[in-house]
Amino acid sequence: MLQLRDDLDRPVADRDADHGFSPRHAALVLAVLAALAVAAIAVFMTYDLRGSLAFALELRAKKVAGMALVGTALGVATVLFHTVSGNRILTPSLMGFDNLYLLIQTGAAFTFGTFAFLSVDVRLRFGLEVVVMMGFALALHRLFLGRARDDVVALLLVGVVLGGMFASLTDLVARLIDPNEYVTLQDQFFASFATVDEELLGVSALAVGAVLVYVWRRTARLDVLALGRDTAVGLGVDHTRTVDRVLMVVALLVSVATALVGPITFLGLLVSNLAYRLVGTFRHRWTLPSAALAGVVALIGAQFAIEEYFAFETRASIVISFIGGTYFIILLLREART
Amino acid sequence: MIDIDGITKRYGKATVVDRVNLQIPRGGVVSLIGANGAGKSTLLSMVGRLLEPCDGRITVDGHDVQATPGPELARRLSVLRQENHLPVRLAVGELVAFGRFPHSGGRLSTRDHDHIDRAIAHLDLGPMAHRRLDQLSGGQRQRAFIAMVLAQDTDYVLLDEPLNTLDMRHAAQTMDTIRRMADDLDKTVVVVLHDVNVAAHHSDRIVAMKHGRVVADGSPSEVVDRDVLRHVFDLDVPVSHTDAGPVAMHFGRACTSGDAPLASRTGEFR
Ligand SMILES: Nc1ncnc2c1ncn2[C@@H]1O[C@H](COP(=O)(O)OP(=O)(O)OP(=O)(O)O)[C@@H](O)[C@H]1O
Ligand SMILES: [Mg+2]
Repeated sequence: MLQLRDDLDRPVADRDADHGFSPRHAALVLAVLAALAVAAIAVFMTYDLRGSLAFALELRAKKVAGMALVGTALGVATVLFHTVSGNRILTPSLMGFDNLYLLIQTGAAFTFGTFAFLSVDVRLRFGLEVVVMMGFALALHRLFLGRARDDVVALLLVGVVLGGMFASLTDLVARLIDPNEYVTLQDQFFASFATVDEELLGVSALAVGAVLVYVWRRTARLDVLALGRDTAVGLGVDHTRTVDRVLMVVALLVSVATALVGPITFLGLLVSNLAYRLVGTFRHRWTLPSAALAGVVALIGAQFAIEEYFAFETRASIVISFIGGTYFIILLLREART
Repeated sequence: MIDIDGITKRYGKATVVDRVNLQIPRGGVVSLIGANGAGKSTLLSMVGRLLEPCDGRITVDGHDVQATPGPELARRLSVLRQENHLPVRLAVGELVAFGRFPHSGGRLSTRDHDHIDRAIAHLDLGPMAHRRLDQLSGGQRQRAFIAMVLAQDTDYVLLDEPLNTLDMRHAAQTMDTIRRMADDLDKTVVVVLHDVNVAAHHSDRIVAMKHGRVVADGSPSEVVDRDVLRHVFDLDVPVSHTDAGPVAMHFGRACTSGDAPLASRTGEFR
């Protein structure tokens, strides 16, 4: 008769399994990031103070507020974009969002005249630009995200093409504008944190604050969205509508960041992926705040390094783009291998 | 009741589900069988509103599937797809807990935890509840997805080839679970199966599809029949009648083709 062995060692199911995520670990990460952000702000506010204390502090407070806003906006926007696009490589900026923002501004300046354009209340201008950006986000969803969702390479190509197209259109329109006027305009686009418009800062802070509250109350639904379209629909999430809204939020956040400092291509990519690795979960109640805090730390850190070591010879966005770009290539290579 | 009324799905010129009418009353297990490409998954996806039909209407207890708000429908009807891919990494227990989302909105009550624990126990997932899905075998992963659907605790459950990657024991266990869902919990389960004998043994009704149409619909003894199966699969299958019901002897026999499948096959490629 056939002999049956019953002396086999049972495999230990849990041997070196990577256990799910631990909220305690994630909370610790969040606390450390928050402490780092506070420390970065404190150092930036107080190092090497000279001359009129009140004046210097006010100037720096404005700068720090701008950086905190941009870091938060880009961190949150990128995580949200990853969730709706189902991958962790694409970012709003890679899909052409910030180039479009520049195109809108240049186009408006050309149509209405640079000075007429700049004399409109900055808040109104910003509001209208955001509306156009949101329209673009919805079109992107209908035309590409819906169809090529699972094809990261195709989406990336779409992004490269769109981004390039917006950039060359901007270039074209810029040539049609009087060169002197254009210089004025450019100062607007690539504003540094030192020259942040106070009124713009005010509306931006309000807009970002409102959007963060909106997003924070929907983290559970965002988690479901991250499981992919079909699973989310099966669990009762109205996928099309939710993605539309998330993309409009992304458009607003990117507009804020671009309006305040111009495009910073890889900041979002860098800090969101850092956040995922650190908290070890995709749950939005952990990834969103971590990405936001990482964004604040990265931006203030880069700015500090520039002011301290490069003596303003370069921009924070250039340093970040260099580091972030390198990281992007690493991510692509790793993706290609799996 | 699930009422499928004139449902049609076309991709370009190809009609993959063709004016299907089907009423599935409350209670019991209904199996959906048919050859690869017959349109089973497409039909099930449309009932589960994962796919929009080109034509026709589907209602569940009178609620139009396309028009009913997502959360409301998700408390009545759950769906497991044939292939499940997750873009994110999470543990088995976390996935199963997501099944409660339509009820809890993300905040789990004790009742939700009861459902989750029961679903995990039913599918034998206790020892691996903390393990990450991407580190499990295909069959273990499949069981986790079934458990998620089970935790969703809906009156209607649609399962597309749930036995797909399961071993003999877990396949039997899953079919038992499905049977109990209908008998003890009064649920209605529509399940796509490839093994007609499993279908015959566990279901109250079998619906057979071919080329996007329903070609046979009846009790297991009516559908698991040599003539019917020849028509559905273009394959001659002897059926023996045992105490446990009809058994199709589809193994170890030469393929014959009753009614010119070659012609229909070339038709499919065009
Ligand atoms: N997205 C699509 N585009 C074009 N044709 C499709 C698409 N999805 C499915 N089809 C076609 O529809 C037909 C029915 O597919 P479906 O997945 O419903 O078959 P099935 O009965 O579930 O088969 P299986 O037993 O292999 O799972 C097939 O011929 C398939 O090629
Ligand atoms: Mg199928």
